[in-house]
Amino acid sequence: MTAPHDAPPAAARPPADPLESGRKRRRLVRTVLAYVSLVVVTLLVLVPFGWMVSSSLKQDNEVFAVPIQWIPDELRWSNFVDIWDRIPMLTYLGNSAFLSVTITFLQVLTGSFAAYGFSKVRFPGRDGLFLAYIATIAVPWQAYMVPQYIMMQRAELTDTYWSIILLQAFGAFGVFLMRQYYMSIPDDLCEAARIDGLSEYGIYRRIMLPLSKPALASLALLTFVSTWNDYMGPFIYLTSNELWTVQLGLRSFVGQYDAEYAMIMTGAVLSVLPILVIFLFGQRYFIQGIATNGLKG
Amino acid sequence: MTHAVTRTRSRPRSAWRDILIGWSFILPNFVGFALFTLVPMLAAFALAFLDWDSYGTPEWVGLDNFGRLLADENFHVALRNTLFYAAGHIPLTLVAALTLAIVLNRKIRGVQLFRTAAFFPYVTSLVAVAVVWNMLFNPTAGPINQVLEALGVADPPRWVASTDWAMPAVIVTSVWRDMGYYMVLYLAGLQTIPKEYYEAATVDGAGAWQRFWSITLPSLRPTTFFVLVMLTIQSFKVLDLIVVMTDGGPGRSTLVLAQLVYREGIIEGQFGYSSAIALALFVIVLTVTVVQFRFNERRRAS
Repeated sequence: MTAPHDAPPAAARPPADPLESGRKRRRLVRTVLAYVSLVVVTLLVLVPFGWMVSSSLKQDNEVFAVPIQWIPDELRWSNFVDIWDRIPMLTYLGNSAFLSVTITFLQVLTGSFAAYGFSKVRFPGRDGLFLAYIATIAVPWQAYMVPQYIMMQRAELTDTYWSIILLQAFGAFGVFLMRQYYMSIPDDLCEAARIDGLSEYGIYRRIMLPLSKPALASLALLTFVSTWNDYMGPFIYLTSNELWTVQLGLRSFVGQYDAEYAMIMTGAVLSVLPILVIFLFGQRYFIQGIATNGLKG
Repeated sequence: MTHAVTRTRSRPRSAWRDILIGWSFILPNFVGFALFTLVPMLAAFALAFLDWDSYGTPEWVGLDNFGRLLADENFHVALRNTLFYAAGHIPLTLVAALTLAIVLNRKIRGVQLFRTAAFFPYVTSLVAVAVVWNMLFNPTAGPINQVLEALGVADPPRWVASTDWAMPAVIVTSVWRDMGYYMVLYLAGLQTIPKEYYEAATVDGAGAWQRFWSITLPSLRPTTFFVLVMLTIQSFKVLDLIVVMTDGGPGRSTLVLAQLVYREGIIEGQFGYSSAIALALFVIVLTVTVVQFRFNERRRAS
């Protein structure tokens, strides 16, 4: 395999140093091996997705055929048409989108606003307050979900979007992530703007917001995806079918029609697709958001 | 002179101004945060010492809830299952994430694409993940058992349909889902290791395996510590994956602590008792984390 591959460059430069060409060949082999290992590892990671997509284009009785058929003989695209009639998929997708957009908007807005107060305005008690924010990140949400539920029940907000929005829009994580970024912006910049007569709100809006676009993007994407994928929140609070998110809808579909394997996979593909699009557009920010915050946290 | 006077006079006013301005920035977030995170958190602590179900009035019972906890067989089962899950999830995710990071830490064209792919399971919706893996683990004709049979395993496990193998199935699924996240942390850690270390070691004749053990692994110690702490916290509070994938079953074989909190508190309305379980969960997580920090400090000191 390697011999014909190596032939042309060797022929092009006849008086090649044998040592040199040996090194070159070794480097080529190493690169090929690197790619092979990358492809193998990535395929292993992605196999479940491949199976999901392939099953979504089959008939129910083909999904568990022995041996596994990775590419069905006949691609049943009709699954992707029929599912909209089987379950109110459009409503579910719309509900998920509404909740994700609202919560992301509130979290980014209040989070970056508070982060400015925590990083660029000096006042007594500020650092103690921030410590309280950090401390709560370490406490698992599962430990206080019951009191939250009692509060929502007493306020008669269960089975409304208010419960989900109020519980998720004011997280400490957004404040933490944005403050981390604002700390890296030099104070001199704000000082100069103050001397020029800009108010603190003006500095936030005209200087900090434009400068922190990458961090805002990270926070927005992470919040959007985690809200879209959230299961327990809607599961605990939303009982009416017309309020369900795509996660609840898909889960209930599985419970009701557990033998309609292909259609279930079609629903799974549809629930992942919006996330895939968003992820591919913004993957740089996802990874930055995790790499910078993860390690400094 | 006049300068000094105006400054001292303006200082108290500006201090007040700073407080007002500072709080005006923080307040929109803080109101929501205090009301829906801080208050419930403190309430959870207090509730653990009350006898309160959704109908009666709360009554102070001291440590009664904890006595009941120690005698509750469900609690024992859930604790054991949670420990089992943690014992599988923590080391396997760590090794998988480190392996992925090392394979993907190459400066070759297109490597970003592979990293993106490896990270994708982490952002995939949980229900889709659970549904797909449940089918992959299907005991009769699932692809995993087909592969096992092809490899010569005569009697492959019945996975989510068996009490012994349901938890391993959940662990495999969660490792697959989470490894991309920790891979990102490890990649960041790998990039901080100076290239010269490897060059020097190669000159000294160290093989790839030797370089890994004597350079890569020690240099990654801070990252590994952080990953370990995060994984521990994540493992002990596992809930949603279990609820969607097995709902604690078959029997009680995958019932975990956080799920017991949910069942007792939100389904049964036993507010006091469920908060005692939650507090126990929190104390366990806290203890393990503190021990890890201590251990890390001692190791760094030596």
